[in-house]
Amino acid sequence: MSKDNNRRSMLEKAMKEHDYQEGALLEILHKAQELYGYLSKELLMELSGSLNLPPSHVFGVATFYSYFKFKPLGEHLVTACLGTACYVKGVEEIVLAIEREFNLKRGESTADGKLSLLITRCIGACAMAPNIMIDGEVIGKATKEGTLEHLKRLLGGVETETS
Amino acid sequence: MEGSKLKLADIQKIAEHELDFQRAYVHRINVCCSSACVHLGALKVLKAFEDAIKEFEVERECKVAKTGCIGTCSVGPVVIIDSGGRARPRLYQNVTPEKVRKIVQDNIVLGLPAAEMLYKNEAFFKKQHRLVLRNVGKIDPSRIQDYIAMGGYSAIVKCLATMTPQGIIYEVVNSGLRGRGGAGFPTGQKWSMVARAHDSPKYVVANLDEGDPGVFANRTLAEADPHAIIEGMLIAAYAIGAEKGYIYARAEYPLAIETLQKAINQARAMSLIGGSVLETPFKFDLELRFGAGAFVAGEETAILASVEGRRAMPRPRPPYPANSGLWGKPTLIQNVETLANIPIIVQNGGAWFAKIGTPKCTGTKCFSLTGEINNPGLIEVPMGTTLREVVFEIGGGVPEGRKFKAVLVGGPSGGCLPENLLDLPIDYDSLAKVGAIMGSGGIVVLDDKSCMVDTAKFFTDFCVEESCGRCTPCRAGLARVQEIYKGIIEANGKMEDITTLEKAGVYIKEASLCGLGQTAPNPVLTTLRYFKDEYFEHIKEKVCRAGKCFKKEKEV
Repeated sequence: MSKDNNRRSMLEKAMKEHDYQEGALLEILHKAQELYGYLSKELLMELSGSLNLPPSHVFGVATFYSYFKFKPLGEHLVTACLGTACYVKGVEEIVLAIEREFNLKRGESTADGKLSLLITRCIGACAMAPNIMIDGEVIGKATKEGTLEHLKRLLGGVETETS
Repeated sequence: MEGSKLKLADIQKIAEHELDFQRAYVHRINVCCSSACVHLGALKVLKAFEDAIKEFEVERECKVAKTGCIGTCSVGPVVIIDSGGRARPRLYQNVTPEKVRKIVQDNIVLGLPAAEMLYKNEAFFKKQHRLVLRNVGKIDPSRIQDYIAMGGYSAIVKCLATMTPQGIIYEVVNSGLRGRGGAGFPTGQKWSMVARAHDSPKYVVANLDEGDPGVFANRTLAEADPHAIIEGMLIAAYAIGAEKGYIYARAEYPLAIETLQKAINQARAMSLIGGSVLETPFKFDLELRFGAGAFVAGEETAILASVEGRRAMPRPRPPYPANSGLWGKPTLIQNVETLANIPIIVQNGGAWFAKIGTPKCTGTKCFSLTGEINNPGLIEVPMGTTLREVVFEIGGGVPEGRKFKAVLVGGPSGGCLPENLLDLPIDYDSLAKVGAIMGSGGIVVLDDKSCMVDTAKFFTDFCVEESCGRCTPCRAGLARVQEIYKGIIEANGKMEDITTLEKAGVYIKEASLCGLGQTAPNPVLTTLRYFKDEYFEHIKEKVCRAGKCFKKEKEV
């Protein structure tokens, strides 16, 4: 609860810094996602109240930009770069392999909430294509086998430690 | 120094002071710490150098510093050791923390190159001409003093001390500089339009929303030399009479944002921005704004909507942003690469700049060179350089055993050009003639593993996803094109699809509201123009010579 209060007050502070201006909506959405990890419906409703903007406007802006997420993400994140260079270098095959292996679709999380698979358009490390990011760490010149192994190790890691 | 207000003459003093400081060292070890090299462990290498110079007791003669992207991203982390005037700086490749001791021992202690780690590919740099990337590999982007020591901020001092706004615009017009964001509109003309606009306040917006997948030239510039962008904005603001500026950066570029934020804070501490600039009557302040993953936000009216906190949807022009931009006020929007050219134009004069490149397209252009190529990375070449020089000389051609097939110029809405067009000089007009665009500077090389139908579909998918939905040709037209491609690669193609694609492509180009729709069919039209055989094969024989299509159903 205190963590929640804390986040709330940080968000309030950010809004205050921007004088609750309409023009700062994007900045505030960035801040909210940074604090909460995703933008829930309740959170967007609250923002619309605080900024005195119609919910339709806040939802409209938030959903326009692909950077904002509306569902909580899994414990671990694997992000595939689907920029041109990575595509040419065969990242699609790696994505298909992850989808098959962990039974999830791009943009979704596994049923147990352990892993989310996201797609991004170019992280700008094109010379190292194809690039896969696992929990924020970029793996350049990624391979299908290497990526699957890395993910299995990551997801299996908790169990082996406790056993 | 910080805190007390700086005056015009102080910039020169800072430069001299910093140069004295730098002369105290014999060797400067510059570790590339741009995104690509950091991913490969450059920060550990940096630490290893700091440790190694202590171990060999050469701390007093060595300075270890971070630097921006040197361009040879495929062999990172890379390190440049500059030992002053006597020798050329040495570039080391694939440096790991384990190799650092050997480099320090050989290069610093013994004064010999650590030959086995040297970057030997001279051809990569030979044809390049680095104007925009002038400070890359030489300065630490996180230190404003480094930039000033290289002559940075002396152009704004020159402007404020000796030039009138009209005089600056005159030089920019004379330079022939054209917007580097893709469309190539003459920069000087844009500045005169905003300067002439009567309304106030006026704004300057720097476009760093490099949304093109496969392009990283702007990001690299921001990470390597953020002050060049800020100085360019200052000069532009002074010339057009603006007091406020925004840099609109992609949120996906955390390192570029961090570097820029730091640079803005330093410039503010030195009273270069944030009020009266260097105690002159000219006032300017600057803020960073973040994009949130929308390709269309790079369009000039869309970027304005986004800076105002709305959906990044373009609007019809006129009115042009020069007259009615941010909050309806006159606004100058320039790509960051364009802005980084400005200080050197002011320093050396427009006529000097106009001699570089071709008569109609002056100066240089940065490209990110990627795909199936031996030396991918960041390059800067004079306008008029041919694609062949870029792909085969600088880029080293396609890896052994593969065959060159096409080069994609201009990002997802660029054109796919075949081998017989490789002698085309790179400039706005030549590229437009063959159906490609300069775009923000992406060159992706495709080899015989790539299927041109699949490639065109990939870009169409991208543009469908990124279409903002405002105008029908782009929203509905591209979706229809996408459906046809889906049919073709699922073996349901019909011969009339080719005519439909050609027609749709032309309609979408002509009728769309903004640059996204107007260029989105380029990959479709160029692949149809130069690689029509592959379409026939897909439709009639259900064969994909690259083996990309028709197999997806089986796999799923």
